[in-house]
Amino acid sequence: MTTITSFRPRTRRNVELLLLLLAVGIVLVAYLNVGLAMNGAFPPDMLSYGAGLLGIAGAFHLVLRWRASYADPLLLPIATLLNGLGLVMIHRLDLAYNRTGMDALALKQLVWSALSVVIAAAVIITLRDHRRLRRYTFTAMAGGLALLLLPLVPGLGRSVLGSRIWIGLGPFTFQPGEVAKILLAIFFAGYLVQTRDVLALVGRRFVGIALPRARDLGPILIAWLASLGVLVFEKDLGSSLLFFGLFVAMLYVATERRSWIAIGMVLFCGGAYLAYLMFGHVQQRVLLWLHPFSERALETSDQLVKGLMGMASGGLFGTGLGRGHPELTYFPESDFIIPSFGEEIGLVGVFALLVLYALIIERGLRTALGVRDGFGKLLAVGLSFSMALQCFVVVGGVTRVIPLTGLTMPFLSYGGSSLLANWSLVALLLRISDQARRPLPEVSPTDVSPQASAHTEVVRIR
Amino acid sequence: MNAPIRRLSSIVALLFCALLLSTTWIQFVQARELHDRPDNRRTLLASYSRERGAILVGGNPVAKSVPTRDELKFVRTYPQGKLYSQVTGYYSFTYGAGGGVEGAEDGLLSGQSDKLFYRRVVDMVTGKVPGGASLELTINPAAQKAADEALGNQRGAVVALDPRTGAILAMVSHPQYDPATLASHNLDSVAHAWKKLNANPGRPAVNRAIAGDLYPPGSTFKLVTAAAALSSGKYTEDSVVPGPARLDLPLTKTDLPNDDGLPCGPGGQSTLTHALEISCNTSFGGLGLKLGADALRTQAAKFGFGDVLRVPMRVSPSSVPADLNAPQLAQSAIGQYDVRVTPLQMAMVSAAIANRGVVMSPYLVQTVRGSNLDVIDRTSPEQISQAVTPEVAAQLTRMMEKVVTSGTGTAAQIPGVSVAGKTGTAQNAEGAAPHAWFTSFAPADDPKVAVAVVVEDGGNAGSEAFGGRVAAPIARDVIKAVIGQ
Repeated sequence: MTTITSFRPRTRRNVELLLLLLAVGIVLVAYLNVGLAMNGAFPPDMLSYGAGLLGIAGAFHLVLRWRASYADPLLLPIATLLNGLGLVMIHRLDLAYNRTGMDALALKQLVWSALSVVIAAAVIITLRDHRRLRRYTFTAMAGGLALLLLPLVPGLGRSVLGSRIWIGLGPFTFQPGEVAKILLAIFFAGYLVQTRDVLALVGRRFVGIALPRARDLGPILIAWLASLGVLVFEKDLGSSLLFFGLFVAMLYVATERRSWIAIGMVLFCGGAYLAYLMFGHVQQRVLLWLHPFSERALETSDQLVKGLMGMASGGLFGTGLGRGHPELTYFPESDFIIPSFGEEIGLVGVFALLVLYALIIERGLRTALGVRDGFGKLLAVGLSFSMALQCFVVVGGVTRVIPLTGLTMPFLSYGGSSLLANWSLVALLLRISDQARRPLPEVSPTDVSPQASAHTEVVRIR
Repeated sequence: MNAPIRRLSSIVALLFCALLLSTTWIQFVQARELHDRPDNRRTLLASYSRERGAILVGGNPVAKSVPTRDELKFVRTYPQGKLYSQVTGYYSFTYGAGGGVEGAEDGLLSGQSDKLFYRRVVDMVTGKVPGGASLELTINPAAQKAADEALGNQRGAVVALDPRTGAILAMVSHPQYDPATLASHNLDSVAHAWKKLNANPGRPAVNRAIAGDLYPPGSTFKLVTAAAALSSGKYTEDSVVPGPARLDLPLTKTDLPNDDGLPCGPGGQSTLTHALEISCNTSFGGLGLKLGADALRTQAAKFGFGDVLRVPMRVSPSSVPADLNAPQLAQSAIGQYDVRVTPLQMAMVSAAIANRGVVMSPYLVQTVRGSNLDVIDRTSPEQISQAVTPEVAAQLTRMMEKVVTSGTGTAAQIPGVSVAGKTGTAQNAEGAAPHAWFTSFAPADDPKVAVAVVVEDGGNAGSEAFGGRVAAPIARDVIKAVIGQ
């Protein structure tokens, strides 16, 4: 007779702690580097700064031990590392611009980081099971759309870099699209897990691909119109690409029908081309993208060119933190933070950053593969893919893969909304990964006696 | 749903590969091209953020960087103002380094030169901010000042050499400009100064001593013709050569006349020495015809004609045209037709005669010092060629002494010092006043300095100008400054 012994996965929390210490160590070395390069002195606040960073991340680590002990061990250290490096770069730019005291952006960013981690911890604590979010599918839709369209409200919306994706409330500015991204991922996951069978099975085949029924096209058309609306009225190709791409990817994962991708691509390309023909600002963006050094483009804007020159001056190994001139680029701490890093830590450093993002996304997709419920799968895919698309849109924008748009780099860029959204996103991924890796409630073979308990099972819950 | 998730993962991988490629393209493949773009402020800031080396003359800086409080950290100053403008050149945030040593030795001054590689590595290890190397020039400040003052407000150039080494003792080109106006950090005023500099009809930015449009050498070229004649072995300084009032040029109806319209000696005959002393056109025209174009061009080449020199600035090569017919040859032999020279080249001719026929490579930078003042490099004198034999050089020296003692160059006389020289008056354009020339060296028995002077369009003397009257006194002042009289 064979006995089935269940494999009990390790929680990996100690690995997480070790990586977390490493991440904080790297950030401190970078901070020391900046201090020595720019002031020629050991930064006096280095120890308190390090203690603060370690305190914030360590507290989150403890929350995970308490409430999500099987969560993926890589996500928190990587997010901490990226957030910390972003802080160092923002601090370095503060020094270059002589922003001190309450004007220092690094200070604000640090406060936002702490707040974001608190909210992320609150998500872990209050949300014991991600499947509960399914109850709020349509609330999430309403909230997501509202946030997406909020910048269009007169008096509230602000235009930055020509994109109207900001809202201003007194002294605070907020990019609601960042939070909308998560809400919409929740909505798409909830909606698609309900309708996937209809969308997947009904329809007729045409030239080898299975086309959906006309009435099932409704949702994708709505998503398309919404994203076109973003493109046209908020003048932001990035957000538009982000939301539409997210929806199409989740639709594809839910239905396993490639025709959705084909339909989505055709719709997006067609819509983008139409927008190009109809709107001057879109044409301008395309000109800046294709011919940034032409005289006509330089008359409009040299921000992309400045970023490219910054990256070029970094070369393979960079000038060293604090030794370059990222302050010559526009928005070096937000949209152009990747050129800032490219200049100071070189191509090698940018590769390392990209690999860190790729790791977060890979852990998210792995979670999607591992989690057992459809909603969790779709949500994990949606969250990971949205981050992948955002990285692509931002880095691709500054390196001329696609036209430049006004999105921020997750964790690195200056901005409270971005930090808040991305820490919450990571908290959700942590929650789902905890579910994915947690062993199933186990049926104990010793407690089962065939005669006595034919209809009962003893379930041990850990 | 796992299969599409895996496929989606590949799409994500593709997206990231695109980013790896695009960043590599910018930071590695295109990096140099982007870096070298003229509108890239980072490149300029990088060169400004380190202290640029000074340019020193006689131990005092003529160009040095002083710390400022603005973003550029250092501003270039030129303590002597205009006096050294063509020697130093300028160092401008907007227009880069150019014009003189600033441009030609930018690598050393900025600290980027490969010659400083070892030092840069040491600086990197010790954590010192690497500075540029400073350059000590060969210029003799007294000679430079004397040349500048003697030239006064006339257009032209003066070059003085140490004939024994080739060291450049003075280099003045008029008109001058103030390089400080281009080095300012007030970019508007710099742009204004630049426009003004380039619009000036006197073209102050051109260093007439070594570049520009070059000059016809006039009678100073007779030294080259005389050297060719003596080197041929068929003539000595005492050889009697024909010197009629007019030399009939073959193939044409025009003649080559003497300036005064008189024969150069009784019966239209004179010694070679006398012909040079009074600068006899017909004698040297005739000599040129007898020697042939090849002999003349070969002799000129031995003096350095046709060489592209770097002192370290590029020197435009002087030239004797090829494929001369007989009348052109006769004209060339007296430094007319299309013979073109730099004042530096004419100084090198005198210097070679002074240095027993040996042409030394001219140079301006004596020592290169690191930012900690130790010597990185020291220029050692270098021979270019043997232009004439020492015997021929001695004969030429005696002939040139006669020019100053009793010939056309008496204005260069210095009591107690034997000066050797040759005047020149070069026709340059129909109707325009001729250029006045003088090339010389002194003392004739122990040469310490060779000087060439050109004054454009006769300077203040206008069409009355002869090299002996306008240019010789300038050379005299420079010689006096060098030998300390």
